[in-house]
Amino acid sequence: MTRTVIQALWSHWRWHRIQLATLLIGIALATGLWSAVQAINAEARASYARANQQLALGQMAMLRHPSGHISLDTYVNLRRAGWQVAAVLEGRYRVGDRSVLLTGVDLVSYPPLPAVTRLEQEEAPPDPATMLTAPGRLLAPPDLVPMLQDQPDLPPAIASTALPPNVVLTDIGVAETLLNKPGEISRLAILPDQPRGIAPLSQVAPELNRQPPSNSVDTTRLTDSFHLNLSAFGLLSFAVGLFIVHGTVGLAFAQRRGMVSSLRAMGVPMGTLSRIILAELVGLALIGGSMGLLLGFFLAGALLPDVAATLRGLYGAPVDGQLQLRSGWVLTGLGMSIAGTLAASGYALWRLGRMPVLSGPGLQAWRGRSTRAVVTGLAGVGLALGGVVIFLLFDGLVAGFALMAGILTGSALLLPLVLSSILHLCAGRARDPVRQWVLADMQAQLPGLSLALMALLLALAANIGVGTMVSSFRLTFVGWLDQRLMAELYITAKDSDQGLEIETWLTPRVDAVLPIRNVELDHPTGPLFLYGVVDHATYRDNWPLVAAVPDVWTKVLADGAILINEQLARRADLWPGDSIALNADHTLAIAGVYSDYGNPTGQGIVSMDLFGRIAPNAENRRFGIRIAPERVDELAADLQNRFDLDPGAIIRQAAVKAQSMAIFEKTFVVTSALNILTLGVAGFAILTSLLTLWTQRLPQVAPVWAMGLTLSHLSKLELARSMVLAFLTACLALPLGLALAWILLAVINVEAFGWRLPMHLFPSSWVQLMLWTLVAAALAAALPAWRLRRVPPADLLRVFANER
Amino acid sequence: MNAKLLVCALFWPLAAMAQGFAGLGGSADGFDVPQPEYQFEFPADHGPHPSYRIEWWYLTANLTGEDGRDYGIQWTLFRSALKPFETASWQSPQIWMGHAALTTPERHFFAERLSRGGIGQAGVTADPFEAWIDEWRMAGPTLQTLTLTANGADFGYDLNLSASGPLVFHGENGFSVKSADGQASYYYSQPGYAVQGTLHLPDGDVAVTGSGWLDREWSSQPLAADQSGWDWFSLSFEDGDKLMAFRLRGGRGDYTSATWINADGSSRSLPDGSVIFTPLETSRVADRDVPTDWRVSIPGEDLDIRVRAQNSQAWMGTRFQYWEGPVTVSGSHNGRGYLEMTGY
Repeated sequence: MTRTVIQALWSHWRWHRIQLATLLIGIALATGLWSAVQAINAEARASYARANQQLALGQMAMLRHPSGHISLDTYVNLRRAGWQVAAVLEGRYRVGDRSVLLTGVDLVSYPPLPAVTRLEQEEAPPDPATMLTAPGRLLAPPDLVPMLQDQPDLPPAIASTALPPNVVLTDIGVAETLLNKPGEISRLAILPDQPRGIAPLSQVAPELNRQPPSNSVDTTRLTDSFHLNLSAFGLLSFAVGLFIVHGTVGLAFAQRRGMVSSLRAMGVPMGTLSRIILAELVGLALIGGSMGLLLGFFLAGALLPDVAATLRGLYGAPVDGQLQLRSGWVLTGLGMSIAGTLAASGYALWRLGRMPVLSGPGLQAWRGRSTRAVVTGLAGVGLALGGVVIFLLFDGLVAGFALMAGILTGSALLLPLVLSSILHLCAGRARDPVRQWVLADMQAQLPGLSLALMALLLALAANIGVGTMVSSFRLTFVGWLDQRLMAELYITAKDSDQGLEIETWLTPRVDAVLPIRNVELDHPTGPLFLYGVVDHATYRDNWPLVAAVPDVWTKVLADGAILINEQLARRADLWPGDSIALNADHTLAIAGVYSDYGNPTGQGIVSMDLFGRIAPNAENRRFGIRIAPERVDELAADLQNRFDLDPGAIIRQAAVKAQSMAIFEKTFVVTSALNILTLGVAGFAILTSLLTLWTQRLPQVAPVWAMGLTLSHLSKLELARSMVLAFLTACLALPLGLALAWILLAVINVEAFGWRLPMHLFPSSWVQLMLWTLVAAALAAALPAWRLRRVPPADLLRVFANER
Repeated sequence: MNAKLLVCALFWPLAAMAQGFAGLGGSADGFDVPQPEYQFEFPADHGPHPSYRIEWWYLTANLTGEDGRDYGIQWTLFRSALKPFETASWQSPQIWMGHAALTTPERHFFAERLSRGGIGQAGVTADPFEAWIDEWRMAGPTLQTLTLTANGADFGYDLNLSASGPLVFHGENGFSVKSADGQASYYYSQPGYAVQGTLHLPDGDVAVTGSGWLDREWSSQPLAADQSGWDWFSLSFEDGDKLMAFRLRGGRGDYTSATWINADGSSRSLPDGSVIFTPLETSRVADRDVPTDWRVSIPGEDLDIRVRAQNSQAWMGTRFQYWEGPVTVSGSHNGRGYLEMTGY
């Protein structure tokens, strides 16, 4: 029996191949976009984790010498005083035309490194003697190994996937030989467990500076904003894909009613039938899901290099441009596709189960009045209000997300009611009978199209919302870069003495030398970096303030007030008019708050005089230089030759800006690619809905045709109908998208990252989006319209003969 | 550096066993192998022997605090050579590992240090005698008079040691055979230190006095292929006599060896099979059962004693893990001592 049932069910797909394809494509699209985003996120996170663990950069404080290198004697002295430190020697090493970061670590004293741990878990771990003694071994990411093996003068290379990109790890004894830096140490990592009673650093090695653990955690927080956007897109695409599945499964089930009735009349129990249909759905979900994974994999592979470049450039987060198949997102992808398919078809299955054995095969009856616009509309209002209430009652990121989810889903549910009301209003004013018919017909089609239109609404709103956020971020960031990077050249001297030398030499040669001195202070909200500035128009005219008292610069430069950054202001709830205690002797009035994007820590600015009193020993080796832009190159070359500065010690403003802009353009590539894809999916949803409706279209069109409208006219009306609905939806999506953008900028960003971005509006991109929407709607309606145009008159006449 | 790599490096015989290739001949890799009839030269032999694979300076002490409680301390410096030479740079193939422990009746503190040779972070000089790794030191002018210091995160000690008796040579004049196949090491001890000083505990300092025992041993192949671990006793009796006895547990049966040390410092070796070791009771330590109550008897010497751990939880949770702690002796002889057990 089971076999017969399966054959009967399968025959449906044989006769409706396009439907089958639509269903599979729907599942594949939903799974594909979702898993592409998951793959990208997983890859990026794995890269951060690898980089953090590998060199333990995030977890350990470092000791450094101002000159850049530490002597072996200093290391041994520290060790013999009980300090548990591990020596690291780093340098760029050229291999062919590539430059890699060669990191030599004292493998004997360094805490377990993932690359080493993994190596020795292999079946035949290398003899430790080969790692620690000449010629040694190089551990390198797999892509570097062939290149390293081509170099006859290098030690043998071993591939390790536990290394960050472009880093070659080896023992310090090997590194000092390769880098030709015998006895040199770049930095000392302070290991976590220190013995009791060790002498303070100031006694053992006063020349070394202790640096707190680098802000790897904060990198994660920053990059999270990026991943958040991607995830939102992924989830949205998934939801939109499910609308397609819902529509197709609904149609397939409706068309199978006759078959199901026959099967049951022949004695197949409903339970058996339901289980087989369930198995069929799971099978389809697995096939579609696998297709989706494949799609997602290639999509992620195409997008990842750009994402990686963005993350690397924007946040300095190390991300590989290569994609790996990770079981994590493969399994969740398949799980999501099954769960999504079942969720999208559950209602149809439930109704099939409750169908009376002898009920007729009428489609209209199937459709019924299952969802009434008013009820869903009320549910929508409830959801939106729920989101607002949660946001008002609770603080934090989760409340922000609740607000966003409530408003998005609420608006989507409200859409049919709003559209229906608009159509009703128009119908009341229409005098032309054809228009009246078109409007009434649209009204009648609305229940069948509403899911697709909801999908469109969400896709458009997300487009507008995320697009507005990204563009606002870009505009603000660029403006802020312009304001903050005012000096044409930035210089870092080797130490304070050289700093003074450079300052003296520069002063007569340039428009202004602006010393940048800073010190790290403790504040209850975390570390606070205090900067000293001199009085210069550069600051007065340009510094980006988000809140300030009148005469703010006079107050700061002459009256001993302080400016703090927005992060600190929001974290400690300190605003102009309040005061902040820096230490026991210095409590300063806050004169203003400035925006400081991309920086996770608190910051303050005081006049250089005051800074000198608060931190008399802070070094003075960084300067901003104001100079005519055309003299920049010449001066940079002079400085480099005269003071033997590293190339990295002189930074041109133009280079920094160009780099930042390039990064942002890359970000846009990713965002716009996802934008177009979600829109495409929504268009596809409309197409499937229209195809679903097509089966019942003829009985509705035939009387109008009989009254004299040509098929050509009717098919044009068909196109117009789809475009009008899409247009109305797009109009409604605009305010929703702007609301979404506002939530992202003013709520989510503030909660997650501590700064609020001003919202900029981009009407030209709305117009563009509107056009795309109309194109998508027209394309979606083109197939049904074309079919209508080609319907033989005999079919239309038959409608009357069949009495519907 | 990671545990397994280091265990391989430091305890190559065990590692070699685990990897299934037995009988790694020391000489095949260029390492020297102990030979009988060796003429020790002091103070030079108190220093390191880089051409041998493995070597240690191993000091344990049974102490009594001013509070009347029993304490035990361990201070060990291991040397393990990846290659049989030394060079003054990071390229040195000599790896040093320090273990320090302090055992109270209730708690067991331990710490571990690692370093390579060649750069001055760890090493041993014979004259004047100094053994060190990081800030841990065991330094004399000579081996007879030592100051000893070590620190962990939550414990430490500063002790002064002075020995009156002679060095004791185990086996045949310091050539100590470890298996029926003839694997051997050079092995001598200074078992008679008087100790006084201060222990640093989380609750405060404790002044202590007691007795200490230093083992010196080096070799390139101390164990046979089938030997999985050892039980090692160093005991001081109330009548002034002392006993060093060990059992190497092997697939082909145990191999035992012992040295009876008279109160005047004279000694005699007891051959394989003279000592009978019977574990009486085990304790659950670090997820394994370790015998912490022993019967040790030497019928030929009229010795029949019970040896009990003062603190059964004296587990060294270091990269290479083992049990090491102070014991109390009762029965035909009374006294104190130290027990080391590996391979459980």
